[in-house]
Amino acid sequence: MKPDATDIELKLLAEAIFLRYGHDFRDYSLASQKRRVLHALSQFDCPTISALQSRVLHDPEAFHQLLQFLTIPVSEMFRDPSYFLALRREAAPLLQTYPSIKVWVAGCSTGEEVYSLAILLHEEGLLERTLIYATDINPASLDKARRGIFPLSAMERYAASYEKSGGKRQLSDYYTSAYESALMDRFLSANVTFADHSLATDTVFSETHLVSCRNVLIYFNRKLQDRALKLFHDSLCNRGFLGLGSKESMDFSACSDSFETVDRRERLYRKR
Amino acid sequence: MNERGSIAAGRQIDAVVIGGSAGGLDAMLRILSGLPGTFRLPLIALLHLPNNGDSKLVDVFGARLAIPVEEAADKARIAPGRLYFAPGGYHLLVEQDFSFALSCEAPVHYSRPSIDVLMESAADAWGPRLAGILLTGANDDGAEGLARIGERGGLTVAQDPDEAAIPTMPRAAIKRRAPDLVLPLDSIRDLLLELNRH
Repeated sequence: MKPDATDIELKLLAEAIFLRYGHDFRDYSLASQKRRVLHALSQFDCPTISALQSRVLHDPEAFHQLLQFLTIPVSEMFRDPSYFLALRREAAPLLQTYPSIKVWVAGCSTGEEVYSLAILLHEEGLLERTLIYATDINPASLDKARRGIFPLSAMERYAASYEKSGGKRQLSDYYTSAYESALMDRFLSANVTFADHSLATDTVFSETHLVSCRNVLIYFNRKLQDRALKLFHDSLCNRGFLGLGSKESMDFSACSDSFETVDRRERLYRKR
Repeated sequence: MNERGSIAAGRQIDAVVIGGSAGGLDAMLRILSGLPGTFRLPLIALLHLPNNGDSKLVDVFGARLAIPVEEAADKARIAPGRLYFAPGGYHLLVEQDFSFALSCEAPVHYSRPSIDVLMESAADAWGPRLAGILLTGANDDGAEGLARIGERGGLTVAQDPDEAAIPTMPRAAIKRRAPDLVLPLDSIRDLLLELNRH
């Protein structure tokens, strides 16, 4: 079957964005990217993807807006609580043995996972000697993450997950409520560096002991998944930990031999 | 030849997607437990479940069906003769190369996985060689997806609302775009057997 016009336009749009702005969406999974772009069309009031491409090429502000549609700012705290339990059980005791610790949250979106990990590290007595790199390609998401302000209604949902994740206190101990918002305590992000980094185009920037990259790889095709896993492998110290999303795996990756499985269900791995 | 037979005749179908919501588990079991172990079409099933966590669908169906049952895994190639279930908490999509992709974007019709998301992507991948079946349910997820399958030339089937445990979902689909067939569950099973023969 020949590709239809929309599929061709999608490829061209990704190419145009890469050439003009350096953001590389060319190896994203097409089916979900198509949904996001078609959704953007209606918001931009463009009849075709070609029209959207023209607009984005000539108007950097329009690109910035489109970026909000192309990235996936859906995140929550302590999503899959059993993952955090596994980190406490398997990773924390080994992290204890290092005088200083570096953690990389790759594709951190609006920061919910960063604060979740910071709370976990704090409760395990590790946060004070940990540096967390929280990276994403979307500057607006990074700004939100940096601010650490989340809707109070969401925090109430997260509290149940926090408890199931092995939380030792109350989630509300870690934020201040004001109006309908929760402001995360500043000490949680004191050692966090929020930075622009692309798994598609950038290289390794530091040696790390733990990489947590959850529900990011599902948006990539196999080639880009392999690139990201290779980056994690290069960044991790000897026997460093890697955590993926609960439905992500290395089963289809060329990198699967470079990691050993610590907990298959929780998608927790260690560098070989 | 009845209507079902004449519409199925001469159709080359390569895959089947089935969506259901409230009452859908029993409906799917009724359709699928009659399929022989030699059934060769891939079946991709999506059931809305109250909690979006890990489901026991693979175990429930695996114990009762003659064909292998597994959870659809991100980037896995879709193989013939299998029943795949969409995992809870993620949208399930089909890529142009007939592999699966997952996404945790916002729910559609309050549902993640959403039948619309699955059916629309599967329609784009298989075009006229896809059959879509929409069963009982209490919301209108799937109506858009089934329409897209029809627009791409695929075969569209809704469960007969008179028979459905909750008729809202098949009714919404019938209203959105008349399906090729509106059938009770036993006839849907017979249709699958006919499609499998071609």
